[in-house]
Amino acid sequence: MKRKKVLTAIIGIALVLALALPLSSCAAEKKMYTVCITQIVTHPDLDNHRNGFMDGMAEEGFIEGEDIAYIIRNPEGDMTVAASIADYFVSIKPDLIHAITTPCAQTVVAAAEGTEIPIVFGTVTDPVAAGLIPSWTEAAPYVTGVSDWADVPTQIDLIIEIVPDCKNLGIIYNAGETNSVVQRDELVDEIAPDYGLTIVEATAASTADVYAAAMSLVGRVDAIWVPTDNTVFSAFDSILKVVEENDIPFFGSTTAMVEAGACAGAGVDYYWIGQQCAYMAAKILRGEATPAEITPMTCEMLIPAVNLAAAERMGVTIPQSVIDKAQVIEE
Amino acid sequence: MSFSFYEGLVFGLVAIGVYLTLRVLAFPDLTVDGSYTLGGATAAVLIAGGISPILAMLAAIGVGLCAGFITGLLNTKLRLPALLAGILMMVGLWSINLRVMGGANVSLLREVTLFDMVADFLGLSSGSIVVSIIVAFVFAVIVFFILNWFLRTEIGLSLRASGDNEQMVRSLGVDTDKNILLGCSISNGLVALAGAVVAQGQGFADVGMGIGMIVMGLASVIIGEALFRPRGVARLLVAAVGGAFMYRLFITIALRLGMAPGDLKMITAMLVIIALAIPYIQKKLRHEWVPPAVRW
Repeated sequence: MKRKKVLTAIIGIALVLALALPLSSCAAEKKMYTVCITQIVTHPDLDNHRNGFMDGMAEEGFIEGEDIAYIIRNPEGDMTVAASIADYFVSIKPDLIHAITTPCAQTVVAAAEGTEIPIVFGTVTDPVAAGLIPSWTEAAPYVTGVSDWADVPTQIDLIIEIVPDCKNLGIIYNAGETNSVVQRDELVDEIAPDYGLTIVEATAASTADVYAAAMSLVGRVDAIWVPTDNTVFSAFDSILKVVEENDIPFFGSTTAMVEAGACAGAGVDYYWIGQQCAYMAAKILRGEATPAEITPMTCEMLIPAVNLAAAERMGVTIPQSVIDKAQVIEE
Repeated sequence: MSFSFYEGLVFGLVAIGVYLTLRVLAFPDLTVDGSYTLGGATAAVLIAGGISPILAMLAAIGVGLCAGFITGLLNTKLRLPALLAGILMMVGLWSINLRVMGGANVSLLREVTLFDMVADFLGLSSGSIVVSIIVAFVFAVIVFFILNWFLRTEIGLSLRASGDNEQMVRSLGVDTDKNILLGCSISNGLVALAGAVVAQGQGFADVGMGIGMIVMGLASVIIGEALFRPRGVARLLVAAVGGAFMYRLFITIALRLGMAPGDLKMITAMLVIIALAIPYIQKKLRHEWVPPAVRW
């Protein structure tokens, strides 16, 4: 008897919610655009991207609270929650979804299949391999966006400029992150032979392994470089500890990494990527173009950034020629 | 709501897997995080390689069975504690999963998945939630009937008995090691199947997709037991799926209300603690004797 009551209550609650949820989303009169944003985890680069997007939208005349309402959800790394978020976004039929990072973009695209909701992805390193777009120059019917594929040769050029006698280059990355693996492959297979570099690899499956990975490179490398790797960046301080104690020049691949204490890096500017996404989104919202008509972009903006205080701690002297063309980061 | 139905049915498979090891065998098996991803990875790689989704899913069940079997072997033959055996398998499978996929992420967005096949067959659009629910429902029903039958057979009964009272079952001349091997294998086979279904539903397999699966399975089993107070095999199985549904519904509602997803894990932990503590508090209030906590 008691069990039946509990069951009836649950079914009752479920029914009420099923009715109430669609109503509550209809209740807000549609005067403004609704844009949903999701990113896989809280992370300086991804936060920069999101801010770049929102500022870019404001630049395009979409003022938050007046012309545009944002619904922002972050699954904090849980992919099952990411799928729930994608479903939620699709269910409220927004004017556009902005999906930041590969897994978020994939879940959103899968959830939106069969609908006509425009999707702009951003900070997806290899959107072609991720199945988001058919090729680098061609958008899918409702999907386009900006890749954060960093130009690896530019970054290696910068390292050689600062450490001319670099022969053995260390790289720390998580083999579980597609974005890092593609950069590592490019470095090992294409760039290293051209530059006559020997690449020494250290992988870290979680933030807890990063310290050991950095330690394993001590004495074996002339410099260390890290790709745009979320795991490594989350444990950045453990690398800094090792390189500062052992005077190893340490290079990052984003501006945020240089801010965090790498001596230099030809950085991917995530704020800039966010802005580019916003320009695409604005065009779509104004009806000037469909996603299919907007060619996906890669990140062409690589600005060298140097952190002189950090360089000093690693015993690196940065040549004046590099300082002149770089963005100098103060701590 | 309808998405929670789909999730409840799929993650119900995980919950049933966890229920089989934790409750039936009294074997806390943490392989789940790894075997779930293993199932998703295997199915995704095979489908992307042009193999039929149905065969790919059978293969996923197969590798899941193997993973569970190895966990069982570690426990029964090498005498590793159950918890440790599961944790080691979970860690080791991370590397295996990366090798299986040849990277961290395999996309299925442009491949023909089981969902597309079913949608085609029924003449519905493939993104439709109805298709997802039908697919998940069919799997849940098949698993329900097979397990409901199996746990009542002689082997099934001895499996259940070895979880209840291992020494008594041993004294009757039953090889409980075999039962543990069998139970772990079936459990992880189910979990891998769930991974394979989810990978197709969400359009990709990712090496991180299984993180937190064991906690979700535990929460589902415990919520199911607390809400439905099941007696008997059939009801226990339904309770596991019901628990998964309630858990996912709760997460969906929390997300819609704008709760920070980062806080969800704490809330999950609190839910499980409350659900576990309620029977004890009830008994205490009734001044009944309560056995000391299990330490495994």
